[in-house]
Amino acid sequence: MDKLWLIIRREYLVRVKKKSFILTTLLAPLAIALLMVVVGLIFSYQGDESKEIVIIDQGNMLEKRLKDEHNFYFRFSDRTLEELIDNRSQESFDGILVIPPLRDIVSKKHTIFYYSDTNLDLDGSDAIQRLIRDKIRDFKIREMNLDSEQLDNLNTQVTLDPEPLVRDDSDEETAGDNPSPFTSVIAAGLGGLMGFAMYMIVFINGMMVMRSVMEEKMNRVVEVMISSVRPFYLMMGKIIGVGAVGLTQIIIWAILIPLIASGANLIFGFDTQQVMLDEASAEIHPDDLEMMAAQVMTELKAINWWLIVPCFIIFFFGGYIVYASLFAGIGSAIGDDLAESQALTLPLTIPVILALYIMFAALRVPNSSMAVWASIFPFFSPIVMPARLAFGPPAWQIILSIVLLIAAAIFCVWISGRIYRTGILMYGKKGTFKEIWKWMISKQ
Amino acid sequence: MSILEVKDVVKKYQNHIAVDHVSFDMARGSILGFLGPNGAGKTSLIRIITTITQADSGAVFFDGEPLNLSHPERIGYLPEERGLYKKMKVGEQLTYLARLKGLKPDEAKREIGNWLESFGISDWWNKKIEELSKGMQQKVQFVSTVVHRPKLIILDEPFSGLDPINTKLIKSQIRMLNDEGTSVIFSTHRMEQVEEICEHIILINNGKSILNGQVARIKELYKDHIFRFKYEGDIDPYLLDQVEVREKQNGTIVVHVPTTGEANTLMKAMMDRGVVIKHFEEMLPTLNDIFIKKVTEKDG
Repeated sequence: MDKLWLIIRREYLVRVKKKSFILTTLLAPLAIALLMVVVGLIFSYQGDESKEIVIIDQGNMLEKRLKDEHNFYFRFSDRTLEELIDNRSQESFDGILVIPPLRDIVSKKHTIFYYSDTNLDLDGSDAIQRLIRDKIRDFKIREMNLDSEQLDNLNTQVTLDPEPLVRDDSDEETAGDNPSPFTSVIAAGLGGLMGFAMYMIVFINGMMVMRSVMEEKMNRVVEVMISSVRPFYLMMGKIIGVGAVGLTQIIIWAILIPLIASGANLIFGFDTQQVMLDEASAEIHPDDLEMMAAQVMTELKAINWWLIVPCFIIFFFGGYIVYASLFAGIGSAIGDDLAESQALTLPLTIPVILALYIMFAALRVPNSSMAVWASIFPFFSPIVMPARLAFGPPAWQIILSIVLLIAAAIFCVWISGRIYRTGILMYGKKGTFKEIWKWMISKQ
Repeated sequence: MSILEVKDVVKKYQNHIAVDHVSFDMARGSILGFLGPNGAGKTSLIRIITTITQADSGAVFFDGEPLNLSHPERIGYLPEERGLYKKMKVGEQLTYLARLKGLKPDEAKREIGNWLESFGISDWWNKKIEELSKGMQQKVQFVSTVVHRPKLIILDEPFSGLDPINTKLIKSQIRMLNDEGTSVIFSTHRMEQVEEICEHIILINNGKSILNGQVARIKELYKDHIFRFKYEGDIDPYLLDQVEVREKQNGTIVVHVPTTGEANTLMKAMMDRGVVIKHFEEMLPTLNDIFIKKVTEKDG
């Protein structure tokens, strides 16, 4: 065990002390924060070009009132279109908006005209259509002598609130589990985040283990090593050491990213998420927005973190060990040519990528039979199950998935150990799948 | 008392037998040569002794005990396929390897310090391996093999890639270790190196031990009664009709005679006829000759 510890220590320190590790670990959150700020800026960008627009309201439906909005500055004119065009040199404007009178108070379609040398962008023409539509609506309400408050009351906001069939009132804890309309959105966001994080961890660190095994083999240091330690310890030391590096990185990121993000928000004075939300829900009333935010917070609090966090950790270790050990086994079978590695790693990269796609599908329909079985199958479960966790899958599925994952982890370590001990001593050419199979079943 | 006993060891790989019923005894404090062409099974045998692989059948005893996983700590192995972690510093690297051989941190530091000093490379401690030349790396590699004061060191082609100066240096270190009681196995396909260093040899071909014993005795056994004379004067051609002349030029003659006694008779007859003998020696076969003879003998 002392030797295993020595190997883990070396594998860990050698990587953590590397300049590239320090740089990526510290700079990646900065880059992400920068990206968030840039994305926020892009989304909040409304065009810097202001437009002065003269409105000819032929039916006087707007009552000479229209609020400036969206870089548009409106003013009304009693002149005719021809007069305006003729006197362009005297009056400065960017465009003329002509609103013909309604043919019929009940007509549902109305065309307005915009005269200008420069076309309106998509956002601009949407905004004008929306503004005029609202104004015409007000006009119709006045003309028809309707009570606008009563009209508002006709609109009913319908929310679908999912409820369990059987409610366990005896347990107060479960009362908090009562799903609300936001549950599935938040669960999808959280699940997607966890599933994707898992995918990255498995892939990046698994590959790192493989490269490290290959390097040792190509350096020819491996035979020196296994004359001192069992190949199995060498492999496990590597898997655990590299895993610890990945974990270190995640922990640093988990601390740094929120710190930097909030720091960036302080400096730039706006909340990037808020900006995005604003854009996405231009028609949602600010009060609704506040209510939504409050709802999201309660939802986040209601999520069963005591289940999700430990489960995520278990799936992290299980998934990592399954794939890292297989990557180590494959790495040992690769000869001196790095280019040859592709053919051997394909059987490993395919399930990882497949799992990622299943994960995305599972986010939409978390209880489809595909999502359920994929979250139980150990080669997919480390990526798919964390994505489903926030949706509160049945306990038996989680337990079965964990049990199978642990069994698979033990099996993969065992089988990879057998490939590894033979593979690392085969110099020169890469092993074929047939040979690897023989290494697996042969006794030492 | 033997440091190593190998009894009837067999190791099969998928398509061939790498070690075929090999047995030998190695006395403590001796230098044993494993000789044989590439692919003869030397490395397979060494990997069994170093517990990297296990024999399919047969037994190995190290220092009187059946070989077990604690023994590698008392063995120093310099593999033919060797290397170091390129990014590590010399000191770090040697400490790591020494600690894997069971040395405590302070012991490791002390021993490494001593060794680096004896090679005159104490200032290398903080140099990265990749900054060193190949010859320099070989020195570090050698230190890593012996740093834990093993009872048995196994050197597989230790001089390959070394320049003559470093070869000499390593040879003298091997001798020094041997003088201090360390047993040495020296594996190579270069027969002339073995003659220089080893007292005992095992000749391996196709996984089989085809010859095993003391170098001097083997040579004695395989000698061919070939003698070389250096002389002054003219040899009566009649005398040379009685023997097989292998070579004759500028006062040197090499002859093959049926027995050692006949060489004496020839010398006496030459002297009787006024030839001055300046030098007389029996030409013993080189291990290379013996190896070729043994292999062709078998094939024939």
